[in-house]
Amino acid sequence: MNKEYSSAAAALDGLLFDGMTIASGGFGLCGIPELLIAAIRDAGTKDLTIASNNAGVDGFGLGVLLATRQVRKMISSYVGENAEFMRQYLSGELELEFNPQGTLAERLRAGGAGIPGFYTRTGVGTVIAEGKEHKDFSGETFILERGIVADLAIVKAWKADPSGNLVFRKTARNFNPPVATSGKVCVVEVEEIVPLGSLDPDTIHLPGIYVHRLIQGEHEKRIENRTTRKREAA
Amino acid sequence: MAGWDRNQIAARAALELRDGTYVNLGIGIPTLVSNYIPPGVNVTLQSENGMLGMGPFPFEGEEDPDLINAGKQTITELPQTAYFDSAQSFAMIRGGKIAMAILGAMEVSEKGDLANWMIPGKLVKGMGGAMDLVAGVGRVVVVMDHTSKHGESKVLKDCTLPLTGKAVVDRIITNLGVLDVGHKGLHIVQLADGVTEAELRAATEATIVG
Repeated sequence: MNKEYSSAAAALDGLLFDGMTIASGGFGLCGIPELLIAAIRDAGTKDLTIASNNAGVDGFGLGVLLATRQVRKMISSYVGENAEFMRQYLSGELELEFNPQGTLAERLRAGGAGIPGFYTRTGVGTVIAEGKEHKDFSGETFILERGIVADLAIVKAWKADPSGNLVFRKTARNFNPPVATSGKVCVVEVEEIVPLGSLDPDTIHLPGIYVHRLIQGEHEKRIENRTTRKREAA
Repeated sequence: MAGWDRNQIAARAALELRDGTYVNLGIGIPTLVSNYIPPGVNVTLQSENGMLGMGPFPFEGEEDPDLINAGKQTITELPQTAYFDSAQSFAMIRGGKIAMAILGAMEVSEKGDLANWMIPGKLVKGMGGAMDLVAGVGRVVVVMDHTSKHGESKVLKDCTLPLTGKAVVDRIITNLGVLDVGHKGLHIVQLADGVTEAELRAATEATIVG
């Protein structure tokens, strides 16, 4: 089975519609599907609900879809790095649902695993718990959180084989695997598509069953917060 | 009254680290704790974006965009480093596998309530992983300034800000000293250098029972 497409636009063809829910991988600007985000911008799809841990920065990552006003609602845990996001949010143009980071990750994992909801201790006694079912287990209180099934998952991996088996690199893995599983359809961009048989089956991070379409491309991989240390004098 | 500066708070917090444990350090003063890990204490630092065994910042020119910590700073790996996805990361947090988290705070109460993510009416950035951490890890140590810029106590009977977690804090380390959360109020564990008990009590709105 060959899942390769020639471009991000080709890989998204027929999948986008106004008002859809998209789950996007990445943490900050690390491991984000930057090529697919750009293609969604070019397609002009509107009224998007996007589940993503962060909302990019001005002009990069999901920030480009905010700039074009294509996003109606974000489901995120942290959105601090984006002035345009804040402007739209404070003016009421953009809806925001804060999820604790682990709750968001588990909602995506659960959605992909056929689990409609789960109980968690996270957020009990906070605004996050308001309006949610509470249940005690062994004397401790938990709240019900719902699984997320997205119309489309967009993911960035390091390498893939043509069957969609994926390998991620370092902390660029982050939300990408649970996001991939949460999608009714999952489109993945990678730095390199390697020949079938060249990935060791024991080292595959996400099996190709979760991946429907695949593209290879050049990534900018922008660094959000460059921190270094001085070399000791020899 | 002299008290501790940021680095001295971090150094005191580092004494909380136990050999052979897995620990998560928050952003700000907690990050400084890694500079003061006592000799002979071997801890593995977790970064909730998907890494155990967090190393120091890279040398200039060796930054890797695929290798960052939860503060989005470029970092390095160690021989014992392991990577995993965000669901796995919070499974180990929620599952109680992380022994301790050291986190910053805006307010903390005598019941161990913690507020560190939101000031109503001001810019709201989000809770990130803080709610999961305080709900899941074995022990929560908070490092903070004891009072606001205006001199108001941040160690309160009840938090005024939206909570990150209810009854989650075990120990509070501030510029004025160390306090433990007990059943009926706070217990003084240690006074910071040059701080008297009367000064600590005067700066604390919360009930101090011993």
